[in-house]
Amino acid sequence: MAKRLSIVDPDRCVGCQSCMFACARRTGVGGVAGARIRVRSAGGMRKGFVVIVCRACDDPPCARACPTDALTRRPGGGVTFRSDACTSCEQCREACPFGAVLWDDEEDRPLVCVYCGVCAGYCPYDVLALEETSVEERGDD
Amino acid sequence: MTDSDPIRRVLTIDLSTQTSAVDERPELFDAALGGAGVGIRLLEEACPVGADPLGPENPIVLAVGPLVGLYPLASKTVAMFKSPHTGNLGESHAGGRSAVALRQAGYGAVVVRGRSERPVYLVIDRDGVAFRDASALWGLRSSYTVGGVLREREAGSGYRSILRIGPAGERLVTYATVIAETYRHFGRLGLGAVFGAKRLKGIVIVGRRTLPVADAGLYRRTYDAVYRAATSSDAMRKYHEIGTPMNVLPLNELGALPTRNLASGRFEHADRISGEAIAEGYLGRRLACAHCPVACIHLAALRTPHPSEPYFAKTDMLGYDYELIYSLGSMLGIGDPEAMLRLMDEAEVQGLDAMSTGVVLAWATEAFERGLVSTTDLDGLTLAWGDADTYVEAARRIVTQPTDLYRAMARGVDAAAAAYGGAEFALAFGGNEMPGYHTGPAGHLGYLLGARHSHLDNAGYSIDQKAQTPDRLPDPIGLVDAIEAEESWRQVLSSLVVCFFSRGIYDADTVLAALASLGIERSEPELRAIGDDVLRRKRAFKVREGFDPKALHPPERVYRTPSPLGAVDRGLVDAALAEYARRLAALGE
Repeated sequence: MAKRLSIVDPDRCVGCQSCMFACARRTGVGGVAGARIRVRSAGGMRKGFVVIVCRACDDPPCARACPTDALTRRPGGGVTFRSDACTSCEQCREACPFGAVLWDDEEDRPLVCVYCGVCAGYCPYDVLALEETSVEERGDD
Repeated sequence: MTDSDPIRRVLTIDLSTQTSAVDERPELFDAALGGAGVGIRLLEEACPVGADPLGPENPIVLAVGPLVGLYPLASKTVAMFKSPHTGNLGESHAGGRSAVALRQAGYGAVVVRGRSERPVYLVIDRDGVAFRDASALWGLRSSYTVGGVLREREAGSGYRSILRIGPAGERLVTYATVIAETYRHFGRLGLGAVFGAKRLKGIVIVGRRTLPVADAGLYRRTYDAVYRAATSSDAMRKYHEIGTPMNVLPLNELGALPTRNLASGRFEHADRISGEAIAEGYLGRRLACAHCPVACIHLAALRTPHPSEPYFAKTDMLGYDYELIYSLGSMLGIGDPEAMLRLMDEAEVQGLDAMSTGVVLAWATEAFERGLVSTTDLDGLTLAWGDADTYVEAARRIVTQPTDLYRAMARGVDAAAAAYGGAEFALAFGGNEMPGYHTGPAGHLGYLLGARHSHLDNAGYSIDQKAQTPDRLPDPIGLVDAIEAEESWRQVLSSLVVCFFSRGIYDADTVLAALASLGIERSEPELRAIGDDVLRRKRAFKVREGFDPKALHPPERVYRTPSPLGAVDRGLVDAALAEYARRLAALGE
């Protein structure tokens, strides 16, 4: 079965952004520019936080919007990204209603979640979890 | 540091000419790491001798350190300036998001000079600085509104920090704060008034970039060790669960909780305003500074019925911490938690330092009881212990300053006592109002000897707490040694800008490994030498600006009210102060 990130309990999110740093650190660097997850306040910190991450859609609008098949549907939901096919057109970014296609300004490429769950491992308050997708695996048709 | 690390970049902004420049200053960060160490060096460069703290010549220095954006709990921005409150070294540390945002905007430090012709706010990002008209924001009643406006108007949500002043900063109250995000502050010593004098309403900092690492394996290992310690230790769990107010009950039990202007060290309603009581009754959210998994910031959800609209109530989220419970609770005899929370919220609305405000109001209450000030001086108010609603009104008047008394109170408790009397119960140390620990002689010496006259400089109070009985305190020389050794090491931590709460995690070996992972090779003796040098420079700056250690003495009240170590030993305090003065004099030779 394919995996995806699940936002289990956003009320417990404290906005520490450890998940964002963890995601960027996978490639051995600091900062959050490379993070594929974003935490921002819900309009001032008193209102809490919004966690934005790819939810591994069954029929991903970002992949449908991609004119070069750089983004393709992953069996079980979500997408797979091939950087060499990407033309930096940003249509995937526009297509995602959650704003979960973040952008790498340094490389001019989309930042696409790889469903590894490292971010969830660094969430101190169990806001995030890696779970099986509910979508049945099927071949791309 | 690696050659591609942008920390070496110093952004200098001139408000008078609306110009800016970026200078590469690797030598500064090589010598002093960042934060306090780089801050004091930039202040030495940028602040002319005898500068008017509220004049255009007083610079604002903001500095971060190499671990920011790379390691957990490296989350502070250090501000250095000349303080309008003490007329000497101003240094203030804020949590929140400014450190991580500034580091990722690609700067290690910012220097703000000059004075804007009109109210202005700044947007700092990787492209430099934008000057935005803030004339319509000047005079807004609440600091919350200013934050909301900047949040809506500017980009970068999730990757930014929003610093701003409230009415207190505009009106030059010498202990006005700069509010970071919401609920964190550059407090004490009046950075807010320096902003106000420059007609600088706020600074938005936006940053999101990759930060280089020299040794990725060492980086991950050291990161994980720090992260595990921060998320699994008992001390850190307490900071998360109850937060700093976990100290209310133990300090009250000891008799170290200043109450009613330190007439007592115990408060009969401590159990109603304790961290546990507020958490049980009101805790509505916990927040973290950027890149800190501990999340020690606690918000109370307070539901207030609308005065005229039936069945309607508003719910506010109010920040609270130990120092606020002391200064705006026990110090004023306020035992009603809701009333206390509303007074805390007023300090936030106005942008007033909570500790100084509480101490000033406590002095005013006692001065009123003793007939030194009148209802007329107080603009019609009758101050009384526990009457929080009147204290809210008085706090507003500290900002609007309708009478000479409030104008004096807006300059601190020493200024008020100089004009109206009551110096013996004006609880300031080196010109800075007292923190909430009446633990004994080491605590009070810590405030006096600390470069900022802050309890955070050297935690003298913990020497009292460890001694437990007066006969186990060090002798005067040993006491000064212990205070200086702690203050020196804290210069290293505040140059790295790691949170002091994590000082048990960032021991010397951990600091050295973290720096090595970034390509910064240091030894423990080198680190300690940096600490000594930063402290020496701060003291030299103070002496340069007229600081006289011989003038230091605690207010009489601390000798009258027994501490947990009994009556504070005047002989010990005097001998330690003489030793400190001798060392400072030797520094100048």
